[in-house]
Amino acid sequence: MVTLDFGAVLAEWPLLLRGLVATAVLTAVSAVVGVALGVACAWARSWGPRPLAMVVAAYVELIRNTPFIVQLFFLFFGLPSLGVRLSPEAASVLAMVINLGAYAAEIVRAGVDATPRGQVEAGYSLALSRAQVFTRVVLPPALSRVWPALTSQIVIVMLGSAVCGQIAAQELSYFANLIQSRNFRAFEAYIVATLLYLALAVGLRQLLRWAGPRYIFGR
Amino acid sequence: MVDFSLWDIVRNLLLAARWTVALSAIAFVGGGLVGLALLVARIARWPGARQGVGLYVQVFQGTPLLMQLFLAYFGLALLGLEVSAWFAAGLALTLYTSAFLTEIWRGCVDAVPKGQWEASASLALSLREQLRWVIGPQALRIAVPPTVGFLVQVIKGTALASVIGFIELTKAGTMITNATFQPFTVYACVALLYFLLCWPISAWSRRLERKLHRGR
Repeated sequence: MVTLDFGAVLAEWPLLLRGLVATAVLTAVSAVVGVALGVACAWARSWGPRPLAMVVAAYVELIRNTPFIVQLFFLFFGLPSLGVRLSPEAASVLAMVINLGAYAAEIVRAGVDATPRGQVEAGYSLALSRAQVFTRVVLPPALSRVWPALTSQIVIVMLGSAVCGQIAAQELSYFANLIQSRNFRAFEAYIVATLLYLALAVGLRQLLRWAGPRYIFGR
Repeated sequence: MVDFSLWDIVRNLLLAARWTVALSAIAFVGGGLVGLALLVARIARWPGARQGVGLYVQVFQGTPLLMQLFLAYFGLALLGLEVSAWFAAGLALTLYTSAFLTEIWRGCVDAVPKGQWEASASLALSLREQLRWVIGPQALRIAVPPTVGFLVQVIKGTALASVIGFIELTKAGTMITNATFQPFTVYACVALLYFLLCWPISAWSRRLERKLHRGR
């Protein structure tokens, strides 16, 4: 006979709340920096000098073809032997930024490459500099074109951050684990955490859908 | 203390990589079959199938794979089953894969022009015949590149099975690290092996995609 006891898990709500906030903060920081990195990489690949474009291409391929957990372990366990010691939270943010940066680069590049040539030429004919053409003419419509894909990717990175609990970064899955180690209600603890992740994913998706046209690529 | 040469590390990782490949294969084949069943249920408009499958997809795509693995592992134990890491990981990854594949394939079926459905219906083909002879072949052509691309996601997903004690590439990396105290080298080798597994598949998927678009 299976008896479930969610009360024992929900009684630990302050821990769950801390985890929820920590995951949200982790995701917010990584999303902002990661998308910025992605835009920079997209610029480098489509508009930048050839050697830089090749370096960025290698970075993108390397990250997209290895698991996030291995990237995280490499940063957290591997880097100290080079003398770089990171806190679990710092390693998590760094791993998420590097990961999102690579995926965002590919997504944004697709948008950038879809820009009609005439628009770029029109920008130059108005005496805009190369940098101005990219940031004012090419980028905003490019972001607006790929915003749904970018939104999905940010949500994927948020869900991926559950792995960060494995290096003792104190986020939602870490606290779920802590709770189940206190009251041995593993299944219930993970069900509650999973539902919280689901709510975060739905909420984040709505937030980005709302915020994108208002603040990111304007009007 | 035992000395590990680089070759010892790589050799042991290669041995463990077999299980990454095996688990990926199980998840991909199992997920493909379940995904196909869900797809047919949706196309055949079984009562409740549209909402049911929609919810299924949303839940699996909206929650961390890590949590799904934990739930499979602890949930099955709760039912009184003797769970091995193999079974829990296989089950969780199969369900996860099926949710993604059924959604990818639905997009492919939707991409077949509506006229094809109407034309085949006007030839008095049954739903089974429509799918087998008219819609299926056309959808399949579009479906191959993204399906191959998703295989890379599955292989990377199996890395999480290490967390519930399934010994594959990542877990072997952790164990070797604990024995050798060379995390930098070991995790670099682990990453390299994943790259060697995944990159050819990514490149293949891209080439298929280009070929498909050239054909149209």
